[in-house]
Amino acid sequence: MSALAGTRLLTWLAFRRDRIILPFWIYFFTALALGTAYSSRAAYGTLAKRVDFATAVNKNPSLLALYGPVHDPASVGSVSLWKVGGIAAALVGVVSLLLVVRHTRADEESGRLELVSAGVVGRYAALTAALITAVTANVVIGVLVSGGLIALGLPAVGSIAFALGWCAIGLMFAGVAAVTAQLTSGSRAASGLAIAVLGLCYLVRASGDAGGHNGPTWLLWFSPFGWVSHLRPYAGERWWVLAVAVAFAAGCLAVAFALVGRRDIGAGLLPDRLGPAEAAPRLRSPLALAWRLQRGSLLAWTAGFAVYGAAVGGVTENIDDMVGGKGGRDLLSKIGGSHGLVDAFLNTAMSIMALLASAYAVQAVLRLRAEETGGLTEPILATRVGRIGWAASHVVYAMAGSALLMAVNGASVGLLHGLRAHDLSGQFPRVFWSAMVQLPAVWVLAGITVALFGLAPRIAVAAWGALGMFLLLGQLGPLLKLKQWAMDLSPFTHVPKLPGAEMRTTPVIWLIVVAGLLTAAGLAGFRRRDLG
Amino acid sequence: MTDAISVSGLVKSFGRTRALDGLDLTVRTGEVHGFLGPNGSGKSTTIRVLLGLLRADGGEVRLLGGDPWRDVATLHRRIAYVPGDVTLWPNLSGGEVIDLLGRLRGGQDAERKADLLERFELDPRKKGRAYSKGNRQKVALIAAFASDAELLILDEPTSGLDPLMEEVFQRCVQEERDGGRTVLLSSHILSEIEALCDRVSIIRKGRTVETGSLSEMRHLTRTSISVELASPPNGLAALPGVHDAKIDGTRVSFEVDTAKLDEVLTHLTQVGVRSLISRPPTLEELFLRHYEDDSAADR
Repeated sequence: MSALAGTRLLTWLAFRRDRIILPFWIYFFTALALGTAYSSRAAYGTLAKRVDFATAVNKNPSLLALYGPVHDPASVGSVSLWKVGGIAAALVGVVSLLLVVRHTRADEESGRLELVSAGVVGRYAALTAALITAVTANVVIGVLVSGGLIALGLPAVGSIAFALGWCAIGLMFAGVAAVTAQLTSGSRAASGLAIAVLGLCYLVRASGDAGGHNGPTWLLWFSPFGWVSHLRPYAGERWWVLAVAVAFAAGCLAVAFALVGRRDIGAGLLPDRLGPAEAAPRLRSPLALAWRLQRGSLLAWTAGFAVYGAAVGGVTENIDDMVGGKGGRDLLSKIGGSHGLVDAFLNTAMSIMALLASAYAVQAVLRLRAEETGGLTEPILATRVGRIGWAASHVVYAMAGSALLMAVNGASVGLLHGLRAHDLSGQFPRVFWSAMVQLPAVWVLAGITVALFGLAPRIAVAAWGALGMFLLLGQLGPLLKLKQWAMDLSPFTHVPKLPGAEMRTTPVIWLIVVAGLLTAAGLAGFRRRDLG
Repeated sequence: MTDAISVSGLVKSFGRTRALDGLDLTVRTGEVHGFLGPNGSGKSTTIRVLLGLLRADGGEVRLLGGDPWRDVATLHRRIAYVPGDVTLWPNLSGGEVIDLLGRLRGGQDAERKADLLERFELDPRKKGRAYSKGNRQKVALIAAFASDAELLILDEPTSGLDPLMEEVFQRCVQEERDGGRTVLLSSHILSEIEALCDRVSIIRKGRTVETGSLSEMRHLTRTSISVELASPPNGLAALPGVHDAKIDGTRVSFEVDTAKLDEVLTHLTQVGVRSLISRPPTLEELFLRHYEDDSAADR
């Protein structure tokens, strides 16, 4: 039996299992690249505007760290796609690495791979199938993105280079995940480790870029993100860096395949650490259990919000330079408020953070459903813990956790912006409250998720669909000039546009009431329905 | 004293499938009650109704004198449950899960827990994901046996346990009974049922088909007899209660309804018996009859 026997069948299985999520990600990334290119092209139509913009970016350390430099102010493509060259590219890497872990270590941990491996399936088949799936997804994204950018009228060579940059990131982190999936025996730990490597690589690139030309740009050569940055799409492409990326990916794969060949199925190379023989005295309530299960993700989200908040707070003062030119101003004031550019920018940033906090809340509530379908709820509910007590324990973390995230975000934006504006006591409270005023809308999302969980548990994941719809309404609604009733569907439409706009308490109270009613309906539904 | 569990006419449907179709079950206080049936016959569904996890569509269900759906909090203080397929939180150690479940139930005996850990040879420091199926099962069993619950509901609790651990399990159940507790034991392991249970209920397709003590049930079944006679038998096969008679000259083997045993033996001694082997019905035969009926009915 060849070591690759069964690869074709496993690849088919992977595509079959991912038939919904893969097209979604492909669509998401294509729309992200094309949408950004389309909207920025209008805003930076003239050379003068582009030069203004690029100069502002290239001397702002926060933006340089977050996104990297604008390589060529003269090039429309370079300026338009600057925004999706950084974090969006990292997201391509995250999706690729999750995909690989999902089809390797996660299957192994659940025992599914063992079932499959007893058939005519070679030792390398599962890993190969996972990599084929990830590479195919990246290639499709690459073809659609490059084709779309060319269709939008951008130079063909640059468009292909840009798309290849994304593919290279996807390929390299698929390789990293292929290695981490061999190291740990848990799939969460494997993807966590791969994401940590990705974060570190991003940080190395950010440190190299932050100082502009005078900074330690040599650091870029130590990060996959730095290599892709050196590809310079639309700005004098350097194709040979792709060879570095391919070599890196090939190296990762060689290590991964060597490890697969050596280790036992189910085992990792890193030993599983032993836990305590007895539970800590605190671990005595559903709430304590929920904290134990949710704390890791909450801490990671909090750290992310603090860092992102600090970056936003750091750039806010320069916003006037950055969106120089009337087009940019119009765009921002269309998206955000109407009172002053800095406030509009802050409001936009806060509404984006509110969407992210909603994503946290949705996944925190959906943990209920995951525990239920995983058979972990039955033993708990067979004790004297009531259904409401158990469900509420996770809902509390969704509600309080999102409040914590927005508070941390408001505080870090407020602190940095206040310091840079030399007006800490004046700016901090108004920025902080502009974050907190978003919270009721976030809670509505949590409420929708609880309601789905309680009343229609089989489609509980539709909560992500609701979040996606509100995102589209918020981002595209003003540009597409949608009718007001359609805009009103989104809770975020009703949030007062602080800072700058007037504070109105009525809609805030209504949002809290709606969130409360949805949550209550969901809990009541859960109390009445069958489990399982 | 009332019965620990009394279920009559229990109905539960999932969509169009009728999982429970008028099921009856009575478990007396202080007994170990075996709960048997082929796969998919509704055992786990019944147990989940008893735990208040599913809502009954019809029928009467009383558990420790209460309603399992309404009186969840008060009843669950007095119950311990072991599911057939135990899943654990991957990042919690076995010891943590045992303590957590004990505390959520409202107390466990620390000394008994330490004793059980030793007897089941479980390392409580391992994380949930590192345990094998049998060891996950042990975690749930220890949590249940270390509790002070008066009713234990065990749903195929020994799947995945090795024979040594199976023996430990049986001793634990006997200790529970000696301590005056009631046990509802769903199982496929007939030796386990035979060793532990005072009474059994057999269900099929969501209905109870037989219930009673094992000796009562034996009466309802046949004894196998192989006999060598002095001369070939005459009219044996035609006697009431004789089944599957195979006659090979003077050697005869057949099955006889236990109630008709006396008449048949009288007939044989009239012919003259040289040797006789009689075998009481095994539990396997007893249960297989019900199980086979079930698969025959499916066909």
